[in-house]
Order: sequence, then C-alpha cells, then structure tokens
Amino acid sequence: MVREIEATAGIPVVQIATIVPIMLTVGANRMVPGVAIPHPVGDPAEGPEADKAVRREILERAFKAIQTKITEQTIFKS
Amino acid sequence: MALKVVCYINQFFAGLGGEDMAHTGPCIERKAVGPAMQIDNLLGGDGRVAGTVICGDSYYGEHIEEAREKCIEYIRDMSPDLFFAGPAFNAGRYGVACGDIAAAVAQKLGIPCVTGMYSENPGVELYRSKTFIVKTVDSARGMKQALEKMVELGKKLVSNEPLRPADEEGYFHRGIRKNYFHERNGAQRAVDMLLRKISEEDYRTEYEMPVFKRIKPAEPVKDLSKATVALVTSGGIVPRGNPDRIRVSSAKTYGKYNISGIEDLTPEIFESVHGGYDRVWANEDPDVVLPVDVLREMEREGVFGKLYDYVFTTTGTGTAVANAERFGREIGEQLKKDGVDAVILTST
Repeated sequence: MVREIEATAGIPVVQIATIVPIMLTVGANRMVPGVAIPHPVGDPAEGPEADKAVRREILERAFKAIQTKITEQTIFKS
Repeated sequence: MALKVVCYINQFFAGLGGEDMAHTGPCIERKAVGPAMQIDNLLGGDGRVAGTVICGDSYYGEHIEEAREKCIEYIRDMSPDLFFAGPAFNAGRYGVACGDIAAAVAQKLGIPCVTGMYSENPGVELYRSKTFIVKTVDSARGMKQALEKMVELGKKLVSNEPLRPADEEGYFHRGIRKNYFHERNGAQRAVDMLLRKISEEDYRTEYEMPVFKRIKPAEPVKDLSKATVALVTSGGIVPRGNPDRIRVSSAKTYGKYNISGIEDLTPEIFESVHGGYDRVWANEDPDVVLPVDVLREMEREGVFGKLYDYVFTTTGTGTAVANAERFGREIGEQLKKDGVDAVILTST
C-alpha cells in the first residue's frame, strides 16, 4: 500500500511501524520505527503526557523524513 | 482420438514482419504457421494444429480487450481441445499477449492452455496463476526445447494425468499448494533444511515468501508550512460501528472517513477493528494508531500547512498483496487529484 501510494501520487509517503524488516520488505522508502505493534505512535502505559510526547516526537521525525531527499530506503531513527 | 490444437503467435513469428508490423490486428490462418508447424510435428499422431491466430504485439498491448475478444472468437470457432501460445521467451509485449490470451482461453473455453516464457518476462508474474507457463531461455535459440516442453505438458494436461510439482514439470508454479501426507514430519524436514543451509548445500523452502517491488523514492516536500498532509493507516481505526464493514483480517476493502473538525479521536467516535493485534490500547485512545490529536496541534502551530480532510483505513493482517497494492493505487489517485503533498501511513 505504502509503495503504491508513493508510486501513483508521486509524493513522499513515510511509514511508521514497529517491525522494520516488514517495511523494508514491502518497499517503503521512508520509515520511522514505531513504539509497539498495538500502539505505533504512542505509549499509553506511560501515562497521558508521556504518551503524547512520544507521539509528537515520532511525528516530528516523520516530517523530517518527508522533507529529506533520499536515494534509497532510509530508516529515520532519530 | 486426434487432438485438435490451436496456436497463438505474434506478427514476427508469423513472418509478417518486425516492429513495422507490430500494429497488425488479429487474424486467423486455418493451418499451422511458424512455430505452430513444429508443434504440429511434435504432436505426431496424437493431434494436429487446426489453426494459428496471429496478432501484432503492439496491437495486443494497446487494445488488450478488443484483441482478446477477437482472438477468443477465432479460437472458439475452431473448438480446439488444446491451446498453445508463443513461446514468448523474454519478449515483454509478446509475453503479456501470450499470458493474456492463454488465461482467457483457459477461463472461457475450459481447455488446457500452455505458453512458454523466460523467468523475467513480465507476463510470468501477471499470468502464472491463470495459465501454465513453461520455463524457457531468454531467446528463440531455445525454441526447440521450449516447444517440446510445451507439447509434453499440453498432452499431459489433456490426458488428465496427475501433475508432479511445477518445478519438476518445468513450468512456473501457479501458487497452488496440494495437501498430502509426507513420511517425515515438519520438524524433521525443517532440521534437514537447516543442516543443508549450514553446510551451504541447496535447499528449497516449502513456503515461499512473496517478492516485493522497489520504487524510486519520491522527491521530498520543499515547504512543509504550505503542505497538505494525509493520514493513512493499515491499523484498522474506523468510525465506531465500522460502517463500511471492513473485514477484521484479509481485507478486501478500505474506508475513507472525513475528519474535518475532529480534534481528537476518542473511543466514542472511533475504534479499532483490526484482527491482528491486541486492540485494548487503540480502543481506549485511537490516536495511538492514528495520531489525529497531535497532528491537529502541529497544524495549529504551523509546522505543516493542512491535515487532509479524509483518512484512509484498512486492516493489514492477512491482506493479499494484490489487494493492498490496489488500495494503494486507488488511494494514491485520490490524493493526487486533491493535491496532497505527503502521506503519513501508520501500520500495526
């Protein structure tokens, strides 16, 4: 899905998911590792503030990814 | 009883000409032409080629439906018992034409159909599940061997003889698994395979993983402050009650939901229907999968221009690759039409 959206629309698609090898396999180009499978963009067990803070941090990384020129599959770890 | 056979070949193998004649539309010769003459010889006393359908490669590729329909009409008219197309070797358009007509004849006339291609011919991936495609080398220097394999397999199919595994029969597997009792159990076979792998001997997996394509990365967004960003998820977050009845797994559809005016995804309005992870957290706060709340904050702060008014959702568990690709293409078209600049896609 990620690959076909990018190919069809011609716009950067950043995928946020926890299992990085699957993102690599399906052909995502811009990847941000998520927190956990059932909550990739949050950490609810740590309380509402920490949950939101980690969500914000991951989304900032996602925005960094879509503004970065890349030539191959890239994982944005920080 | 002698088999009645019909063949399909392109303009080149029919001797009409090369690229200059590739726009030739379908026609029929009520005899064996080109490679079909060799097929006729190979059939020996078992059958004869009653006709050869010929079509230019560009014509077939550019008018695929008309070409298919016309060819089927010619073929049906001769009521064959067996149909051969090609072989196409590594010729892309010819491979697609051979695959397409063989698949269509198999489906519409219910007779065995065999074609032949080189492994990298795009026709292989497109049609391997719908017709028998014998493995060939990449050029017509392998014509003799290709035709022998095609005729042998074709005869076998007509006689309803049980087939050995695709690899042994020499065709591209059609993605069909047959269940049977093996004398050694799975654990024993797995250990055997591992030992062979460690000692760098050949081994063959019993469960092949799909091979995914790669695409060139899109250009980055230049001015984020003016960019419209869309949210997409395979994490199964849908309006409460799952109005479009998206399946919890092996999804065949996706949903498109308006989030304009929504500041925060709460359990009162959204939920997760994904069948592949523990939904407790996502149902308490769907933002942990589909982060609308923080994106609204960032939108207000001017980090990016605008959050697109719709989210696209499906459940990515057991979902067929072909379906996921179709969802991607359809979503991509809508986003393109609406001038969206970038996508954040979350997966569980």
